[in-house]
Amino acid sequence: MREQDIHNHLKQFILDEFLPDTPPEELEDSTPLRSGGVLDSIATIKVVAHVEQAFNVSLDAHEMGEFDTLAQLVALVMEKHA
Amino acid sequence: MSATLHARFAASVARFPDRLAVSDPATGRRLTYAELDAAARELAAVLIEHGTQPGDRIGVSVPKSIDSVIAILAILRTEAAYVPVDAGSPVARNAFVFQDCQVRYVVAAADTPLATHDGFEIASDLGGSLRLLRVAAGPGTATPGLAYVLYTSGSTGHPKGVMLTHANALSFVDWCAREFATTEHDRFSSHAPFHFDLSILDLYVPLAHGAQIVLLNETLGKSPATLVRALAEERLTCWYSTPSILRLMLEMGGLAAGAFPDLRLLLFAGEVYPVASLNALRRALPGPRYYNLYGPTETNVCTYYRLPDAIEEGRTLPYPIGWCCENDEARVVRADGSRTAVDEEGELLIRGGTVMQGYWNQPDRTQAAFLEDPDGRWYRTGDLVRRLPEDPACYVYVGRRDRMVKRRGYRVELGEIEGAFHRLDGVREAATIALADVEAGVHICLFYSWNPEAGAPPSSLKLRQHAARHLPPYMIPDAFHRVDALPMTSTDKIDYQSLLQLAQAP
Repeated sequence: MREQDIHNHLKQFILDEFLPDTPPEELEDSTPLRSGGVLDSIATIKVVAHVEQAFNVSLDAHEMGEFDTLAQLVALVMEKHA
Repeated sequence: MSATLHARFAASVARFPDRLAVSDPATGRRLTYAELDAAARELAAVLIEHGTQPGDRIGVSVPKSIDSVIAILAILRTEAAYVPVDAGSPVARNAFVFQDCQVRYVVAAADTPLATHDGFEIASDLGGSLRLLRVAAGPGTATPGLAYVLYTSGSTGHPKGVMLTHANALSFVDWCAREFATTEHDRFSSHAPFHFDLSILDLYVPLAHGAQIVLLNETLGKSPATLVRALAEERLTCWYSTPSILRLMLEMGGLAAGAFPDLRLLLFAGEVYPVASLNALRRALPGPRYYNLYGPTETNVCTYYRLPDAIEEGRTLPYPIGWCCENDEARVVRADGSRTAVDEEGELLIRGGTVMQGYWNQPDRTQAAFLEDPDGRWYRTGDLVRRLPEDPACYVYVGRRDRMVKRRGYRVELGEIEGAFHRLDGVREAATIALADVEAGVHICLFYSWNPEAGAPPSSLKLRQHAARHLPPYMIPDAFHRVDALPMTSTDKIDYQSLLQLAQAP
């Protein structure tokens, strides 16, 4: 899967699940998700579960603690696919 | 020997110097009782060198780690009280807590944003990952006998400090030891953060008995599968957490797949455990004894219910909160203070060993929290309960009499959320309601009206970003609804009933 596809997929997932009514351009690659109030701990677990299922990868606890932005999440998936 | 938490720890150090006191699976670091004692003594000496006095309050803003345990024991050793906060909470909220409580110093993680906050400055580098911050608002009046001050959500827009003494803590710790028959061979989970009252059991029941604390930090705590692995690999004998995390461990962590022969006690508290989900857990883990523990921060655990060994298939009512712990006394009263009949709903009052001294620096609120009568001073829990006809000493939780809800085990005053949104320019009115949610427990909706002169209304992203600057993560609303004006009752109060209906409308 191409990086751009992964990016678009994850961005749409976060907008649909957690940010109804938010214009897509407001959610930037560098918008803080966890420290910015978008994802709490339960929502983070949901995102990780979705990532694992959609891209057939597995993330350990340490890796889950790593991402705070869409860009970082995409990079994590890319790294797993490499 | 004086009756303090650190004296109990010292007794364990003397009896079991070489047993493991604390381990952190995230880093692999582990300390014996003798090693933990040496580290705490060393840090206590530094605190005293910097002028810490008995009766001071000292803040703690350190992510859960062996260092945070050392910091807490060091503070207790100086005979000061510790004031723990969530290091990940907004810096403005943590600064408010430390200034309100007039702490002399804060022991903080090296990267704490407090270091550059107004009213705080670095006093010393404590080596490793810790810094000592001086607080301009401190040290305030001495408060001898206090062990810790735990800040909980406050209805008027700011958190309030619950003052608890060594005697309060030991009353609870000793009850636990009797009910749970704690020994030096136990290994306890420490899942709750240290600013949460569940941590009092996790820390001091093991430390008073030469048992081991297994720290499950915030990163581990976010991964249900990792928690399940820790339960097995650390061979925990006692697990204590909110139901929320146990449900995730069962549903997403593969809890059923493991075998946990050492686990003998499974304790939960902080919110109602939906019975279908609890029974699913018991089928997956039939070995341990199950306890539902109940109590607000102001009383710590004051009632307990040991679940019957047989699973009642088809049961839909949640289990009772149970019987009053024998170090406390309970009473159920009507609004006029008279006692309720069996099975009649009323407010639960508690007095006894575990009940707090009061709210820090808030005499009016403290007075309002207690009911004085010829029999004594009773803490009004604000929780509505009834007594079971077949066992009148057994209490069943019914609901709240005010606007506080429990979310993932944390207390949330809906008024504090409203206060945070009143600080957003353009918001004219704000009201929060909580809906019961079978899946998530509680679903919080914010209703607000917007002044068009302030520009276009904010997106949910902007609202969440605002909330994250003022509120801890568990208080950020799940949904936001903009209305032209909030509905009002005939007495010009916000009509929360109408808002509830609006929120539930398809």
